[in-house]
Amino acid sequence: MTPAISIKDLYKTYDNGFEALKGISLDVAEGDFFALLGANGAGKSTTIGVLSTLVRKTSGSVQVFGKNVDTNSYETKLDLGVVPQEVNFNHFEKVFDIVVTQGGYYGLPVKLAKERTEKYLRQLGLWDKHDQQARNLSGGMKRRLLIARALVHEPRLLLLDEPTAGVDIELRRSTWEFLQEINRGGTTIILTTHYLEEAETLCRNIAMIDAGVIVENTSMKSLLRKLHQEYFLLDLREELSETPVLEGYNCELKDPAILEVALESNQDLNDVFAKLQALNIQVKSMRNKSNRLEQLFVSLLQKPEQVA
Amino acid sequence: MHSLPLNYKLTAFKTIVWKEVRRFLRIWVQTLVPPVITISLYFVIFGNLIGSRIGQMNGFTYMEFIVPGLIMTAVINNSYANVVSSFFSQKYQRSIEELLVSPVPNYVILAGFVIGGVSRGLAIGVIATIMSLFFSGLHMHNIIITLLVVLMSSIVFSLGGFINAIYANKFDDITIIPTFVLTPLIYFGGVFYSVDLLPDFWRLISQINPIFYMVNAFRYGILGVSDVNVVFAFTMLVLFTVTLFVFALFLLRRGKGLRH
Repeated sequence: MTPAISIKDLYKTYDNGFEALKGISLDVAEGDFFALLGANGAGKSTTIGVLSTLVRKTSGSVQVFGKNVDTNSYETKLDLGVVPQEVNFNHFEKVFDIVVTQGGYYGLPVKLAKERTEKYLRQLGLWDKHDQQARNLSGGMKRRLLIARALVHEPRLLLLDEPTAGVDIELRRSTWEFLQEINRGGTTIILTTHYLEEAETLCRNIAMIDAGVIVENTSMKSLLRKLHQEYFLLDLREELSETPVLEGYNCELKDPAILEVALESNQDLNDVFAKLQALNIQVKSMRNKSNRLEQLFVSLLQKPEQVA
Repeated sequence: MHSLPLNYKLTAFKTIVWKEVRRFLRIWVQTLVPPVITISLYFVIFGNLIGSRIGQMNGFTYMEFIVPGLIMTAVINNSYANVVSSFFSQKYQRSIEELLVSPVPNYVILAGFVIGGVSRGLAIGVIATIMSLFFSGLHMHNIIITLLVVLMSSIVFSLGGFINAIYANKFDDITIIPTFVLTPLIYFGGVFYSVDLLPDFWRLISQINPIFYMVNAFRYGILGVSDVNVVFAFTMLVLFTVTLFVFALFLLRRGKGLRH
């Protein structure tokens, strides 16, 4: 099957000499929900910019559904919907007009553009605000308006550059559900995000980019299998005065009633519980110390040479 | 290179034009009212009060003589202002990216903004003409020439506004050209006097001023008198239009100030 995105040896050097991309190659399958992760300045937004044509590549080739963006610019753009990192609509325009106008840019007749606008504004919980100026929306609503605008022409590929930045947890989760629904409908989605929980929840495949170079490109499952050590926080039923000794495990008492246990990939929690039971220590509840992907992200970007 | 179907382009074009018209109508207090006040003051002070002491010029009262120039001034100022402010604002707040990521061809983007500017220019032209009727009778020597000149002049200055907006990096940059270039060109373009009154050197200098041709061709359409050959004036207008259109398209294609 033709990939949704095929990037080969993509280089981008900005006018000030900054090398944002140093020969990245990447394929994203049609129908995928793909995460592109990296620290600030790693090259994520530049990659999205090249795909959306807002950034001109220095060299390399980019194909969207098998069509070269240089020679088939109009056709590839018809297949793309772009949700930028920064809110970039006219704040004095009405919410409804912003989306209908975008439909017009993609050649949608007014009637169809209005129908689609209503459909997506309703799905994203913005219909009540459709007659208001965009400046009156909250931050989270503005970000969802960007999504509605990007979807009005029903693109085959949706590029989301940090779509839930600054959005509260409740809205973020409803946005996730909406995006998953869109993806189940067949739309390929490429997501950049700082919320690693978001990438882990939504995406099937992932690429990590660091200083303009792809340091990891694999499935989410394979990536998480690379996690050698996980940290768990155990809430104890009774307070302890000193750290218990669990043979084969690194433990630390973070608080008289909270025990941190480091678990290697070949160890399991049942064994930890059994050892604690033997010491007559009761566990009330348990949680991951940090997001698993976050641990990997930090380790990969700190030591990229170990990944290769 | 593949191309979009014509109906896509037409829809996109209409969308841009309607968005531009909606913008200047939404802020009508900023866009439509000030020119009406300015032109009324010109009619009262220059036409009525001072003009009554000047007497005749080229066979017409001074008020009749300056009306075409004042209408043309309003048209070109507003055509320029509409495009420069709208395009620069969209560039500044990055809403222009809505258009740049879409499949709309550059020439459609350019044509959409230009026609948006022409719409405001002509709207002001109509209002200015109606205002002039309170001070002077309506002459119409040749309506086709009048309409063609006003349309082409509006296009030329809309293109000028577009190019200014592309080069502008801050709001100051969109006021520099109107203040230091456009206004002197208008005042030295024969709006308030016949070029026959000037010494030979300044008469020659006037001939490199594009507004000189616009004002005189427009005056010919309304009054039937002109300081310049009308065919030559039209040739210059076509030349300015084509040159500016090609240059603006070149800048868009290069992504000057728009794509990194």
